[in-house]
Amino acid sequence: MGRLVTTIQDTARRIGLAWTPAHTSVAIVVIALAVGFLPFVKMGLVVNGVFLGAIIALGAVGLTLVYGILNFANIAHGDYMTMGAYTTLFIVGYLLPKVGVEGSGLGPFTFGYPLLIALPVAVAAISAGAVVVDMMVYRRLRDRGVNTVVVSMASLGVAIALRGLVQIIWGGDIERYPRETRQVFHLPMDVRVPPDAIFITTVAIILVVALYLVLDRTKMGKAMRATADNPDLALVSGIDTGSVVRWTWVMGAALAATAGILLAVYQAHLLPIMGWKFLIPLFAAVVLGGIGNPYGALVGAFVIGVTSEVSTQWINPSYKPAVAFAIMIGMLLVRPRGIFGGGRS
Amino acid sequence: MVLLEATDVVAGYGQTEILHGVSIFVDQGEVVTIIGPNGCGKSTLMKAIVGMVRVRTGSVSFQGTDISGYPPERIVRTGLCYVPQTSNVFPSLTIRENLEMGAFLRKDDYRGRIGQMFDLFPDLAAHPGRKAGSLSGGQRQMLAIARALMLDPVMLLLDEPSAGLSPAMMQTVFDRIREINESGVALLLVEQNARDALGMSDRGYILVAGEKRLEDTGKDLLNNPEVASLYLGG
Repeated sequence: MGRLVTTIQDTARRIGLAWTPAHTSVAIVVIALAVGFLPFVKMGLVVNGVFLGAIIALGAVGLTLVYGILNFANIAHGDYMTMGAYTTLFIVGYLLPKVGVEGSGLGPFTFGYPLLIALPVAVAAISAGAVVVDMMVYRRLRDRGVNTVVVSMASLGVAIALRGLVQIIWGGDIERYPRETRQVFHLPMDVRVPPDAIFITTVAIILVVALYLVLDRTKMGKAMRATADNPDLALVSGIDTGSVVRWTWVMGAALAATAGILLAVYQAHLLPIMGWKFLIPLFAAVVLGGIGNPYGALVGAFVIGVTSEVSTQWINPSYKPAVAFAIMIGMLLVRPRGIFGGGRS
Repeated sequence: MVLLEATDVVAGYGQTEILHGVSIFVDQGEVVTIIGPNGCGKSTLMKAIVGMVRVRTGSVSFQGTDISGYPPERIVRTGLCYVPQTSNVFPSLTIRENLEMGAFLRKDDYRGRIGQMFDLFPDLAAHPGRKAGSLSGGQRQMLAIARALMLDPVMLLLDEPSAGLSPAMMQTVFDRIREINESGVALLLVEQNARDALGMSDRGYILVAGEKRLEDTGKDLLNNPEVASLYLGG
């Protein structure tokens, strides 16, 4: 037991989370409470919360990365998710059938293999788009040295413009990816897992591990962390901050676009407002984990995902965003620097 | 041979002008110290030289090239490296990662250079995986200097390297600075601790209210009674 605690502490410290003995005791209390409550909670909701958490995690990690390095809250992040989802719809619904690739089933999943072709293409497109938006909007503002609040407001403009673009092209109605099959795995304790959820979680895990490796091992990843730490020192050290900014957008937008596609698969529909509505859980996860800390955002995402899903057992499901919002406000009041606050000096 | 030459540099922040036309130079291999009261523009002069503050009029030339108006990352490429007074390490990065970031511009294998830095600063070698944020003030200062040395600079600018250090640690830092100079790197220092700094300097400048008041050899500045009473604390 003591050994386990030490290992957790070391790992947390290694990836930049401040883990104090207080964290250990709080963690033990939280786990005990969770285990105690388990008999009263529908397991299915917990499992759904984990799947939702995986999607929130991808979005939140990108959002917090952009926040840490570019130092502004990107309100258009949710709409990068929407763009990812709709670009995929365009590819699987229009482009691929045009060249004769028709969907056929892919194992137990609702989607066919065209989605697997479309996903990386759409993600690359959104990443490129994010770099272009940066050159057109944010870089000009940075060069003028404007306040970060102004940059955030500009991103609100970008968000509205992107959503408008989606509405002009696809209209405001519900869209769907072509669905091939509909299967559900039945697990004990009345847990039903759609095969898609397994796909979603696998993709999320792969991307989070990839992100960790990039940030921890590569020169660009280290330069990104250095720039988040101290942009001026990065500049006088000779770090190419221009490419740091570009890579931040590429990675942040790629994660957002993937989150958007997975969300569309998970909820089995697309709406122009889907990403915008997802902003609240994203920001809640970011605040919970400490703004700018990607690993904190990861933890925050699962907390938000599970809590808001489980809350639907007692509360009307349409209040899910309100639950995330309440957690965020509570956190800002009690511990504005997040669960792992204090790690950044 | 003149290495660095700042001529009539005017610079400041926003509406405020801090430097009203300052001229200094540093020869190859020299140690030059700038002293002066708080707020006289010592740090601003350094930032103007490395491109962190815009040079409004006047010029800065390094190895014969006019570098005023260059962005900081381009100035670093010319072999002029800078250690700021505060926040001069990346706290969430490890010691080794900090050094790697100092070598960001190097395309060659710089592991040997990291080894040299560990030889120069044995304190850093003990735990290369420690986060810079958890280091003591003296260790941080050494890491900051080591980071700036990773590019094998021709000249190093150090802004108050002894600020906030214990007397013993201060002595160590000054010893290391002297060693770095002996290896051929020219140094421009800003120091609060004027007596020690002038003692190891070839020349010194006294800056007051954004203007150059005096320049002389380090020894003569130390022995100048007016300097002693006004700027060296009696």
